[in-house]
Amino acid sequence: MLDVQAIRKDFDILGREMRGKPLVYLDNAATTQKPRVVIEALVEYYQNYNANIHRGIYYLSELATEKYEHVREKTARFIGAPDPATIIFTRNATEAINLVAYAWGRQYIEPGDEIVLTEMEHHSNLVPWQLLAQEKGARLRHIGITEDGRLALDDLDEIITERTKLLSITRMSNVLGTINPVKPLIDRAHAKGAVCLIDGAQGVPHLPTRVLELDCDFLAFSAHKMLGPTGVGVLYGKREWLERMPPFLGGGDMISRVWLDRATWNKLPWKYEAGTPNIADVIAFGAALDYLEQIGMEAVQAHERELTAYALEQLSRVPGIRIFGPRHVEHRGGVISFDLEGIHPHDIGQLLDAEGVAIRAGHHCCQPLMERLDVSATARASFYIYNTEEEVDRLVAAVRKVERVFSRAVS
Amino acid sequence: MSDLRDLYQEVILDHGKNPRNFRKLEDADHQAEGNNPLCGDRINLYLKMDGEVITDIGFQGRGCAISTASASMMTESVKGKTRAEVEALFQRFHELVTGEAEAPPGAPELGKLTVFAGVRDYPIRVKCATLPWHTLRAALEEKREPVSTE
Repeated sequence: MLDVQAIRKDFDILGREMRGKPLVYLDNAATTQKPRVVIEALVEYYQNYNANIHRGIYYLSELATEKYEHVREKTARFIGAPDPATIIFTRNATEAINLVAYAWGRQYIEPGDEIVLTEMEHHSNLVPWQLLAQEKGARLRHIGITEDGRLALDDLDEIITERTKLLSITRMSNVLGTINPVKPLIDRAHAKGAVCLIDGAQGVPHLPTRVLELDCDFLAFSAHKMLGPTGVGVLYGKREWLERMPPFLGGGDMISRVWLDRATWNKLPWKYEAGTPNIADVIAFGAALDYLEQIGMEAVQAHERELTAYALEQLSRVPGIRIFGPRHVEHRGGVISFDLEGIHPHDIGQLLDAEGVAIRAGHHCCQPLMERLDVSATARASFYIYNTEEEVDRLVAAVRKVERVFSRAVS
Repeated sequence: MSDLRDLYQEVILDHGKNPRNFRKLEDADHQAEGNNPLCGDRINLYLKMDGEVITDIGFQGRGCAISTASASMMTESVKGKTRAEVEALFQRFHELVTGEAEAPPGAPELGKLTVFAGVRDYPIRVKCATLPWHTLRAALEEKREPVSTE
């Protein structure tokens, strides 16, 4: 079990007030808070060894390079990748997916090929493939969802076929909280000769991740959703693909030799890291990985599952509430989308804000999923390691208050 | 929730729940669509004009209490007004919700619309309150492209 009270002491922001009430931060699917060690790592870099990496022949640059590259090793270990050279740092998960869409997609996708996605994808795992499909004359296919927000796997044989070149799906929905059965889907797609990308933006921060077991070809995720700073994303790729693919962005650091009219590429992983990277934030991300590793991802998942079960039970008793996504907590992570009959989620969010409760209201960058659910938006609470049952109680009390305020207006 | 009462006044809650003129005008001669991509709000606005004067107005769509109430109360405020009067009213309304100008005592032109003064304390909701007005302007200008608040 997590010692949540001890954990909370590492996050100064959790002690502050919002609108005059103790802050209840429940927008972790958007971004998590950062423990003091992460913030200190940022400051330490800038105060003590700020220098560009990979090229200075002086001590500070060597130190910065070593710290930066060390985080690559930590990242590889965190997701069970044996080779740190298969870890590419990007700006965010979105850029990591775009890297694959540009570098891999433009080389290997041909007219008539099919790209299989799902109806619950974030815009970041839809739009890059739309751009690619339009450019290449490829076809997008989508795995649908069931009424309780799980992937509809009945007609999978018609969707994943010999024409499938890529399967790109999320490990966990940022709206429904659904944890998808990605392993059997990857096996199925591989059997048809397709390449598999997993959007791990929600999965990696909340679930133990072993890329070799998953056998995905690519995995994308973001540091800021797992205690790290903004501005750092990760792409893991199988070496065979990273070697064969052309570069993504051109510039300094990604080259081996440059002539006026051509160039050759650097080795992995630097072939995909053009220009000065986000040194400070990558180094601080290392502190976030240490923090999570110390807790253990099994414990993270267990804590969130317990909290989610409690929240589902409490929220389901609120009059007029509708909760989206799987009913059973074993199929979902710590994300709960809901609405209240006749009350727009934006109004829910606004009234919760007045109670010091920070949640998200909107389409959550999943407009097609909103269409599928036939709503314009949902309210969403999402949990992390520092959230408590008392905070869930505050959420539920605030939601009940919203219901009361608006029911006054029924005439 | 005391501060919030300024935003969610009874009259706003009422218009949010029971919007007036919430209907499609089958014989509309002007119409426009507005979107607020931030929250997924959508509004379809229908006008019937006699020369420069709005003789009938209706709207449909789904949105939050603020945007729905704003649309509802806007339809009540602009019926019978000319384009120029509507434009002037929008200017005043915009100043009211963005806090660019204090509502003058009684704010005669704005009338009931002064209940939206509380929006100024919630910058993100300004778009909710003004979406119907931007859409109205687009309908008057006969814009084909949907209006977006982004």
